[in-house]
Amino acid sequence: MLNAYEVNTLVYDPNPCNGCGLCVAVCPHAVFEMDGRKAVLVRSSACMECGACQKNCIMNAIAVESGVGCASAMIRAALTGKKEATCDCG
Amino acid sequence: MIDISSITAAPKIFPTQGRLTSQNRWDHFLARVGVKRGEHRLEPGLYALGNPNPDSPVFVTANYTLSFDALRSSLDGFDAYILVLDTQGINVWCAAGKGTFGTQEIVRRVIASRLGEVVSHRKLILPQLGAPGVAAHEVKKLTGFWVEYGPVRAVDLPEYLKTHTATREMRRVEFHLRNRALLVPVDVVQTFLPTLLAALVLFFLGGWVSSLAAVTAVFSGIVLFPILLPWLPTHNFSTKGFFLGALAALPFAVSPFLRHPGWVWWHQVGQALEFLLAMPAVTAFLALNFTGSSTFTSRSGVKREMFAFIPGMAWTFGTGILLAIVLVFIR
Repeated sequence: MLNAYEVNTLVYDPNPCNGCGLCVAVCPHAVFEMDGRKAVLVRSSACMECGACQKNCIMNAIAVESGVGCASAMIRAALTGKKEATCDCG
Repeated sequence: MIDISSITAAPKIFPTQGRLTSQNRWDHFLARVGVKRGEHRLEPGLYALGNPNPDSPVFVTANYTLSFDALRSSLDGFDAYILVLDTQGINVWCAAGKGTFGTQEIVRRVIASRLGEVVSHRKLILPQLGAPGVAAHEVKKLTGFWVEYGPVRAVDLPEYLKTHTATREMRRVEFHLRNRALLVPVDVVQTFLPTLLAALVLFFLGGWVSSLAAVTAVFSGIVLFPILLPWLPTHNFSTKGFFLGALAALPFAVSPFLRHPGWVWWHQVGQALEFLLAMPAVTAFLALNFTGSSTFTSRSGVKREMFAFIPGMAWTFGTGILLAIVLVFIR
């Protein structure tokens, strides 16, 4: 049986990491952990692609295609011919 | 003469308090049931909580009353400034995803409120869930203010403020039964009329059992699904929904054999199939739509799920309805 959430678009290159720890702080699903002076990817499949880590990584060590994981927003975008799905809930 | 007093006068600082009134709670109730959606907002700008002085901390939040009230009620008894961003009445996390809770808006508000003259320190405490819209290093570069990401939940702030470090638990987003149950009323309100209409149409097509089947399928997707989410088998919302919808359809599938023992066998089986095909599709579709309310589904995952299962929903639903129509005419 397909598990649609097993893989995602998160890519991390530990080389440029300066160990600031912001990715660990902003991630709501504990995807990163600090190991000495480097961040390590420990729970990659838990990533929900919110984009917080990428946005706050000053070294550009993280890449992720972020967006809303919301089916109704994507259906609405498809129906109205919009490219990017945005949520409009409260 | 040009009136420059509006430009030179110090920007207004709105007073606020940590105690919530019954009026606030009524507003929260209305927001939770989806009444006047998008109107639960307050004036963006700088607010003074209690009696802050230039050393008092500055917290940043959205101009959605549920967000603002969660923050100020958690800080009851503290003296602080609250910088309210214009997120158009949207909560912090969703607004951060859209970018309205974002670097630009923070920079604009810090400058407009002349925060640098109000406080002597240079630190903003942001909710962790604002991070998808904010680049901390850019805020520093553009305003001189350091961004500190506080805990996910405002409730944890008093504990957090003792050391300014968040525990692992404070950094994690949860989706407990209570969180999920709170989301049910909005969807019930929003699906009420369409469901009533569908039930009415189905009454003339297949009688009250068909009406009840429609209501049951929607109820399963809107109420039972959010509550049972972690205990339903498989990982995808669609397959979980199909499973739940099939369970809900079982009594309806048995009904023609019990209610119409005199019918020919293929008529009984045909009607059983109507329910087994159409009902799970409806529940699965509503379940799939719950991805946006959940706290953990990724965009690429939802996309994969949509491509994999929406065609199946459309086919089974269409076949079920077609079968119902055909059987009505044969009869």
